Amino acid sequence: MSINALIQDKKMQMKAALHHFNIYWVLVYLAVILLVLFTALPLIYVACTAFKPMEELFVFPPRFFVKNPTTINFSDLLMTLGGSTVPFLRYAFNSVVITVFTVGLTVILCSMGAYGLVKYRLPGGGFMFSIIVAALMFSPHVTQISRYMVVNGLGLTNSFLGVIIINVAVAFNFFLMKQFVEQYPNELIEAARIDGAGELKIFYGIVMPSLKPAWTTLIVFSFTSTWNDYFTPLVYLSKQSLKTLPLALQSIAGGPAAAAIGTAGRVSAATFLMIIPVVIVFLIMQRSVMETLTYSGIKG
Amino acid sequence: MVNIKRFWSRYGTGYLFFAPFFLLFVIFTVIPVVVAFVTSFTDYNMLESAKYIGITNYSLLFVDDDIFTLAIKNTLVFAIITGPIGYLLSFFMAWVINQLKFKTAFAFAFYVPSITSSVAMSVVWLYFFSNDRYGLINNILIYMGLIDSPILWTLDANYIMKVIIFVQIWMSMGTGFLVFLAGLQSVPRELYEQGKIDGISSRFVELRYITFPCVKPQLLFGAINAIVAAFGVFDIAVSIAGMPSPNYAGHTIVAHLYDYAFIRFQMGYASAIAMVLFILTFAGGRIVMKLLSSKDE
Repeated sequence: MSINALIQDKKMQMKAALHHFNIYWVLVYLAVILLVLFTALPLIYVACTAFKPMEELFVFPPRFFVKNPTTINFSDLLMTLGGSTVPFLRYAFNSVVITVFTVGLTVILCSMGAYGLVKYRLPGGGFMFSIIVAALMFSPHVTQISRYMVVNGLGLTNSFLGVIIINVAVAFNFFLMKQFVEQYPNELIEAARIDGAGELKIFYGIVMPSLKPAWTTLIVFSFTSTWNDYFTPLVYLSKQSLKTLPLALQSIAGGPAAAAIGTAGRVSAATFLMIIPVVIVFLIMQRSVMETLTYSGIKG
Repeated sequence: MVNIKRFWSRYGTGYLFFAPFFLLFVIFTVIPVVVAFVTSFTDYNMLESAKYIGITNYSLLFVDDDIFTLAIKNTLVFAIITGPIGYLLSFFMAWVINQLKFKTAFAFAFYVPSITSSVAMSVVWLYFFSNDRYGLINNILIYMGLIDSPILWTLDANYIMKVIIFVQIWMSMGTGFLVFLAGLQSVPRELYEQGKIDGISSRFVELRYITFPCVKPQLLFGAINAIVAAFGVFDIAVSIAGMPSPNYAGHTIVAHLYDYAFIRFQMGYASAIAMVLFILTFAGGRIVMKLLSSKDE
């Protein structure tokens, strides 16, 4: 970039910054901040409750915010965790392994699949895609039982492979990637091919980097759902040493229906700890997208 | 032989890219769905083997099951209100937040309902809609003198659906929002500059002629997702109104399905309900696809 262009760019940025500072924008920011405080309430509530001492949990009428924060809920939680037969780290390890492989595989397979289907214009592709969208619309509740029979028939219950593999080829994830792949210009692929790039190289080296907003979003979705997934491990893993954090935390906190006031502090502490990795993944993924591509937004 | 070779050299790599996904998809999704479809024509209680009974489940469903008719009505009302509102609102918010500073932080706060556990959620809205006078909304209404006695938000059949709709919209915008946000990142900046040169000064004109056409794939994804979510409403309805809800005021199709599948263990009947739900969702999806694909002419 030449010096002139740089100066030009700086000027544009300053102009945009000035533009940002008028009454219209102040109102927009205020409105968004209010709304966002509202949507963030569940998290604020969890954070507050996690630090509430016992007597504040029983206050009537219930109070939202914490008055005398304490970490007793966390130490309580750790004590109960320490007393269980399987060490806590084992559950964390299980959760991490399952989540990392599920997310990694689903991102790779769905991106590859969407790319193959769209960019090679496969014969039968339209039909296969409508099957995928149709499956997306089918209520997952009734397929649980036949799915269990399939997994059981393949001998995949009580194994990490089973829990991972059933959540990899997800119609929702494929559909998401397909919509983004569609936007990628065919000419760029053709140009790369003419330059002699191999097919795999085009996919990994050229197309995937441009689809970063797509797969970072997919990572957030997939990470959130896999990390918090209570149902799949509950159904497919009966061995105690294979169980994951949500199962361990729920059973310690007193079962999934534990909205009971006495355990609310511990439940919140557990929820709070479970949310932290999700928050980190979200922030890393979103920031990397928004910052590298910050100039393609609608500023100005 | 030559034809096969030519076919392979043209599409082979594409099929290789697609195959791993599709193979797993067929094994773990398509087969279970087909099994459920077949089950819908049987009487199956999960202990004895399934008995073929033809379309009996379907005729029972539509002729005898009044509660199912009510569930369809509730679900439709619900879907028609929450679907479009949630969809438009999440796109609008993505569009606004994308133009702000600190957008990662705003986006995160907006996405929070999608990452917190349902336990935390239910506690928060219960704080709002508590049936006694300490509930936030009752408290405010009484304080302002609009009502004398607290409204039974989650017990009175007149209010249940409204509360569920409100909470569902509040909770369900995260997915669409994040996809739209990602879509907006992919719009080439040059297009906006070109638009300015061509004399577009209003942000809304820009939205209509530059942004919409560029993010159409995301708009379609968001719409399908909104439909599936709106027709599939269940968790929120149950945690607000209980199951069964008073006068079945919050009874949805999936609640009915859950009742038969996991409480009464009548899998045949539950599968038939799933098929009806699927057809409704599919019809909704078709309409949306038509609407969105005719938009660019």
